[in-house]
Amino acid sequence: MILDGKCPTGPIEKTWDKHRFDMKLVNPANKRKYKILVVGTGLAGASAAATLGELGYNVETFCYQDSPRRAHSIAAQGGINAAKNYPNDGDSIFRLFYDTIKGGDFRAREADVWRLAQVSNNIIDQCVAQGVPFARDYAGYLDTRSFGGAQVSRTFYARGQTGQQLLLGAYSALSRQIKAGTVTLFPRTEMLDLVVVDGEAKGITVRDLVTGKVRCHTGDAVLLCTGGYVNVFYLSTNAMGCSVTAIWKAHKKGAYFANPCYTQIHPTCIPQAGEYQSKLTLMSESLRNDGRCWVPRKKGEKRPANEIPEEDRDYYLERKYPSFGNLAPRDIASRAAKEQCDDDRGVGPGGRGVYLDFRDSIKRLGEDTIRERYGNLFEMYERITDENGYKVPMRIYPAPHYVMGGLWVDYNLMSNIPGLFVLGEANFSVHGANRLGASALMQGLADGYFIIPYTVSHYLAQSKPGKVQEDHPECRKSIGEVEGSTKRLLSINGKRTVTDLMRELGTLMWENVGMTRSKESLKEAIEKIPAIREEFWKNVKVSGNGADFNQQLENAGRTADFIEFAELLARDALHRNESCGGHFRVEYQYEDGEARRDDANYCYSAAWEFKGVGKEPELHKEPLKFENVHLAVRSYK
Amino acid sequence: MSAQTAEHGTMTLKLIVWRQAGPGKQGRFETYTAKNITPHHSFLEMLDVVNEELILEGKEPIAFDHDCREGICGMCSQVVNGVPHGGQERTTVCQLHMRKFKDGDTIYIEPWRARAFPILKDLVVDRGALDKLIQEGGYISARTGGVPDANATPISKADADYSMDAAECIGCGACVAACPNGAAMLFTGAKVAQLASLPQGQVEAPVRVADMIQAMQECGFGNCSNHYECQAACPKGIDVKFIARLNREFLKALFKSKAGSHVFAGE
Amino acid sequence: MRFTTNSIGRKILMAVSGLFMVLFVIVHLLGNSSIFAGPDGINAYAEKLHGLGPFVWASRLFMLAMLGIHVLFGILVTLDNWSAKPDRYKVKKMLKASFASETMIWTGALLLAFIVYHLLQFTFRVTPDVVLGNDAKGRFDVFSMVAASFRFTPIVLIYVAAMVTLFLHLSHGIQSLFQSIGWNNDKTLPTYTRLGKVLAVVFLLGYSAIPVLLLSGILTK
Repeated sequence: MILDGKCPTGPIEKTWDKHRFDMKLVNPANKRKYKILVVGTGLAGASAAATLGELGYNVETFCYQDSPRRAHSIAAQGGINAAKNYPNDGDSIFRLFYDTIKGGDFRAREADVWRLAQVSNNIIDQCVAQGVPFARDYAGYLDTRSFGGAQVSRTFYARGQTGQQLLLGAYSALSRQIKAGTVTLFPRTEMLDLVVVDGEAKGITVRDLVTGKVRCHTGDAVLLCTGGYVNVFYLSTNAMGCSVTAIWKAHKKGAYFANPCYTQIHPTCIPQAGEYQSKLTLMSESLRNDGRCWVPRKKGEKRPANEIPEEDRDYYLERKYPSFGNLAPRDIASRAAKEQCDDDRGVGPGGRGVYLDFRDSIKRLGEDTIRERYGNLFEMYERITDENGYKVPMRIYPAPHYVMGGLWVDYNLMSNIPGLFVLGEANFSVHGANRLGASALMQGLADGYFIIPYTVSHYLAQSKPGKVQEDHPECRKSIGEVEGSTKRLLSINGKRTVTDLMRELGTLMWENVGMTRSKESLKEAIEKIPAIREEFWKNVKVSGNGADFNQQLENAGRTADFIEFAELLARDALHRNESCGGHFRVEYQYEDGEARRDDANYCYSAAWEFKGVGKEPELHKEPLKFENVHLAVRSYK
Repeated sequence: MSAQTAEHGTMTLKLIVWRQAGPGKQGRFETYTAKNITPHHSFLEMLDVVNEELILEGKEPIAFDHDCREGICGMCSQVVNGVPHGGQERTTVCQLHMRKFKDGDTIYIEPWRARAFPILKDLVVDRGALDKLIQEGGYISARTGGVPDANATPISKADADYSMDAAECIGCGACVAACPNGAAMLFTGAKVAQLASLPQGQVEAPVRVADMIQAMQECGFGNCSNHYECQAACPKGIDVKFIARLNREFLKALFKSKAGSHVFAGE
Repeated sequence: MRFTTNSIGRKILMAVSGLFMVLFVIVHLLGNSSIFAGPDGINAYAEKLHGLGPFVWASRLFMLAMLGIHVLFGILVTLDNWSAKPDRYKVKKMLKASFASETMIWTGALLLAFIVYHLLQFTFRVTPDVVLGNDAKGRFDVFSMVAASFRFTPIVLIYVAAMVTLFLHLSHGIQSLFQSIGWNNDKTLPTYTRLGKVLAVVFLLGYSAIPVLLLSGILTK
């Protein structure tokens, strides 16, 4: 089936404005009759729930954490892009649009990206009005910095905690609506199923993580703002609780999953220290503004970093990409680091690391300036590694960080299931095959504050409120399924822990479906994943019971979903016989190691339809048209 | 500073951990042994190791809150040897590493304790009261959309930095856990100060401070005795000057006629 | 919510009443130090003070009100604090709190008891040790009364102990009052803390000197 994103046509500059006018509105007096369920309280979820509540809708919002403020958007460090052009350095909506399309390796829809670039400016205005303390210059105006993949300074930031400050802004707006009674909050509540009635999304089944009670919430629309699935690699920069569960359950109920193979590996993370490690920690990419990446020229170099003279250092990013240098896009920077390490020139334990050196910046700007810019990152680095980044170069290595793939949505952010909307990282829409730094925050807030309020209204205006109530047979059926699966997990009583199995899956995925992929590695993964799935359902050990606070049970459910999903990811990667952005197939590269896209055959988004566990999913294609940016080989040289 | 044990040496530690089956249930201390711990394990990874063993023995693992494990989400919450987050300056317990301990150490692990934070299970407490405080006024009532350009109002760098210093709070509740009075003054003060120091937040400042103080009391938090334990335990080093600011904002509110009557009359 | 039931309102009442009592302690010490000038000094000072008539009574009532407020809200706030922390930690390490800050309610209670005793002794003059009489100039002989009482070592010990208690109470209390009324920031806090400690030491030494010097016979007619 050929999918249609239902993008408005005409000159791209007018698409969103025209579309906003064309969409239907809900009468203000009727809004409170519609109930909207918002799952997830990160940037997308909190901003959507707050805005919809403010408009007068009856909103229920859910998060698995104890407070909406803990969603993993909080961990974003570097900044948020906007086409404000405050520095007068040649930025514009069109340039942000162009950079995002190009950065995404021409695998995103033009209209969606244009809209994102257009509303980016509103986001900054909104956040400042909410009291987000962005960095300012001495005149009192907003400060910006440059980020990977861009040659203009368009990234607004709040020290190294931009995600935190933006999320707290959205959380405060959400809190205001909770107080006003328009939004009801359900913390420590995890979505475990989507309820579809007559082909439309009408509810969700959730488990109260404190009491273990499973219940159904019905509404007139469901918004999934549940983030990404990069924990499928087990070790990643995501929070421990981040999972594919919500969108996977929706996928199993019919929502198409698009481009799951587009995963982003972040170039600047702290290298893994040992087997026991539970997560990887990211160091903001902004560090690359002042830090220089290098490895020793000599293989197996044993000297400490500071004793290696200039001539024995290889500043490989500056050498390979003179115009972007250390600010090359993430996928390129990550692969370059892996190449150096594969070439036996890596540093630190196991040789899996490269240096990020601030010596020259400290010499040029002084340690105080560097401290002012990145002080908290240096502190964090020292806490984890016990090394002082001001004195010895930091060691970094790429780590799974973000996913561009997600549930397929049309221009209105609605999936192929009417009434099911997907926002933020959970959808596949704007980043194509690779996301630029500081664009995730932009997307989450754009979706939540400025897009979904219009498009949800458009959908609701065409349907009657309150069609399905909580005693509907579909709800009872869904509750039964969820309770059944919980019982099953508790009854296996095998010999392996959930973490053990998840680690096995993650290792397989990282080695075979990670930073680089090949036909063989992918086939091997597709072969081995079902075995892990079988092992899981035969031999997992989950103690305790379901009617209680049981973190193992939570993890077991998430792991089960990851195992099913991993297969889809590998299949998507195998089907896409090209390299683009975060998807790198060793068979498809230029002589210099750059990704070789195949626009003739793969210029489309791949949306997969679920056909059963262990069964081959069905592929639907949405062709991509580029009318405003010419398809070109992405070059950052 | 550096590892107390040899780089590749491992440690064995005795853990004395608070176990409580559920809210309102009788709790008790249980003793566990953590084996094969390296200096590079984080504190929570050390607990992971203990939990994996408990699970395989068919026992219930120790429940503890955690999520980002990089010190920013504010979910982790353990009192380690009598100090919330374990006593390393400006460090959450998820970022505390075992190189701070040595082989053979005994470690007491307890949940946050305060009237406003009922225990849900083991080391997990309900911090909904902190959300409630924000809901009662920890925001600027800016409608989505109808706001001026971000650069329309210049804000001095000093004010922006001051505001950011306050805004760094991660809402973990260590201040409440550390406070002998179970008070949330640092949490509340930081939010009040963050918003009051920005022009956008000054309009609602008097009403905000009155409402948040009232909420603090309704939630069961105690009062401030200026011990400054909160700042010492805060993983973000939030300064008690923000409590002084809270007090000042309260006094300022009294002298604004309308807002003053709000303070006196309440809801 | 009223000011008197407001958590911060109460702390401000504590701070302001405390501030007036600190001022009283300063003035009282300055007045008392007239004893170092011998009987003539303190007896003249007492005579002058009593000559102020209604003003004396007004200040006494005012100070009594301050004391009442301080004691009342001190107790209310402390009880509330105790109930806000129903379960204690098995192991608790204080990082910043001091013995002084943790014992405010108890040093306060001791000081209240001392104030009652002190008033009974030298204001109402009903304790058995008190010797009444006039000096050569026909003024009430404060010096002899005080000197007579401070011949008894236990009484001197009570006074010195009370002054140690006052030292503890004020070494936390003085900086605390600036914080409570919001007149504080990260730059001033160390200054206030030092100021509080210095004043507390001055009070301890100054007030203790009188009974100790009288007992040891260094200070005589």
